[in-house]
Amino acid sequence: MLLEFEKPIADLENKLQEMKTLAEGKKIDLSKDIESLEEKIQALKKETFANLTRWQRVQLSRHADRPYTLDYIYELTEDFIEIHGDRNVKDDKAMVGGLGSIDGQTFMIIGQQKGRNTKQRQERNFGMANPEGYRKALRLMKMAEKFNKPIITLIDTPGAFPGLEAEERGQGEAIARNLREMFMLKVPVICIIIGEGASGGALGIGIGDKVLMLENTWYSVISPESCSSILWRSWDYKEQAAEALKLTAKDMEKNKLIDGIIPEPLGGAHTDLKWMANEMKKVIKKETKALLKLSPEERITQRIDKFCAMGVYNE
Amino acid sequence: MSWFKRKEKGISTPTEEKKDAPDGLWYKTPSGKIVHTRELKSNAYVSPEDDYHVKIGSAEYFQILFDNNKFTELDAKMTSGDPLSFVDTKSYTSRIKDTIKKTELNDAVRSAYGKMNGIDIVVSCMDFNFIGGSMGSVVGEKIARAIDHSIKNKMPFLMISRSGGARMMEAGFSLMQMAKTSAKLAILDKEGIPYISLMTDPTTGGVTASYAMLGDFNIAEPGSLIGFAGPRVIRETIGKDLPKGFQSAEFVLDHGFLDFIVDRRQLKSKLSTLLTLLQN
Repeated sequence: MLLEFEKPIADLENKLQEMKTLAEGKKIDLSKDIESLEEKIQALKKETFANLTRWQRVQLSRHADRPYTLDYIYELTEDFIEIHGDRNVKDDKAMVGGLGSIDGQTFMIIGQQKGRNTKQRQERNFGMANPEGYRKALRLMKMAEKFNKPIITLIDTPGAFPGLEAEERGQGEAIARNLREMFMLKVPVICIIIGEGASGGALGIGIGDKVLMLENTWYSVISPESCSSILWRSWDYKEQAAEALKLTAKDMEKNKLIDGIIPEPLGGAHTDLKWMANEMKKVIKKETKALLKLSPEERITQRIDKFCAMGVYNE
Repeated sequence: MSWFKRKEKGISTPTEEKKDAPDGLWYKTPSGKIVHTRELKSNAYVSPEDDYHVKIGSAEYFQILFDNNKFTELDAKMTSGDPLSFVDTKSYTSRIKDTIKKTELNDAVRSAYGKMNGIDIVVSCMDFNFIGGSMGSVVGEKIARAIDHSIKNKMPFLMISRSGGARMMEAGFSLMQMAKTSAKLAILDKEGIPYISLMTDPTTGGVTASYAMLGDFNIAEPGSLIGFAGPRVIRETIGKDLPKGFQSAEFVLDHGFLDFIVDRRQLKSKLSTLLTLLQN
């Protein structure tokens, strides 16, 4: 599936393919034309992706081919063991987690999981966790603390699930508890927004020593659509809402609400999962190494101080 | 042609214009009982006719809780910035300016310390009148500093919530206030200082998903709407009408997320008893 702004690029790519097939089939030398078309494609790609609007980045973050949490986990680790359940109500399939090693260092990796087809999407509840998902995440984080393993969270959710049972089982309480408990974790915590970072549902696993965003992701207090429906009282202002919310990785970094951006391959993370995962691996290794040099107390103090400095007000 | 014609469609009063404490001479409760406002005031703004808890703000709560209405306010002058130059149908700066003028409040929370039946206490109380009691940088920072005051002076902390959730016009900044307040509460928790969270009508969204639900004691006024997602959103999600009483304080108590429900007329004495029990 292609997004509107990907179409001109795809058209040229199809043309290139045709040209190559033609050249091979008819044994004609089109290498000059092919080369120039390849250059043209590259230039168009660069231009398109350098000038994406905020709304287009939101669309990219939701791209049908975008890698999800488990895609990254299996790319980053070879020995991942998934751990299930909150030991209370059930196993929330919208939140996954487990142990795995990256170049010899064991991590607890946790994240929201979306589904790729209709059946999976239903099973994963579109990446919208229930309270038991947040409680499972906290259980795994406490386990990581017990065994002294650093934590990585991969954030990708359109929000915590706004359902009847979610309310009955205390969605607000589950997220709130995670926020408070994550501040006191003795092990390093690295949070990476890999797709959508919607509000409390994202923040519920988002308190980290380092909070990073992939280049084409968004993170804010509300989705552009819901913001449009509340402030403009119509669903039609999502583009304006996306602009107003300043929700891209660049915006969030500029406002010092995140610690850094991990670049994506030209065209978006879905065009080259291996490249993307490798980039993430480099950052994870570098940040973990630096964080492990600090004492647990230093990490906790810095974590708290960082979030407490966020906010703009006049006195 | 209908006999009665509505000139304007639906409810047109913006949320922030809805009145909190009654300022007329008579007050009509939702069940239709008429009460004199003087009588309401002497009854902690609870209707003696039907026990309806009138929605009140920080000024009234401070008057109800602090001995002789004596208290010292913290960070009274703090006002909102506009970090994102946010504009929807109106610019955020002019929205703030107008709301300050109309409500005579500087933002959606006020903090103060003083004595409650002789016990030292720090109280932060939200004002729904101010842009739906929404939580932006000022709310987060003022609550954070009130908790700092609690920690420094080893005084119990009472948070009175009444909010629709995070303030959209501060987007990422307002989201991080959930983190900031929870960080301070983590320290308060470690210090072993009591934290009581009183939820009033309504307490929803990011406020529920952060400080409101983190009390050592989570308590509520009767009949308050308490939840993470708002009823409209849930109705849209499940495509069905919600059961009666869903997300009411009584429902939340029933599901194990509140310690008790307290009638506002007993609020001061019950909190005093609770804090004395913890002290002795």
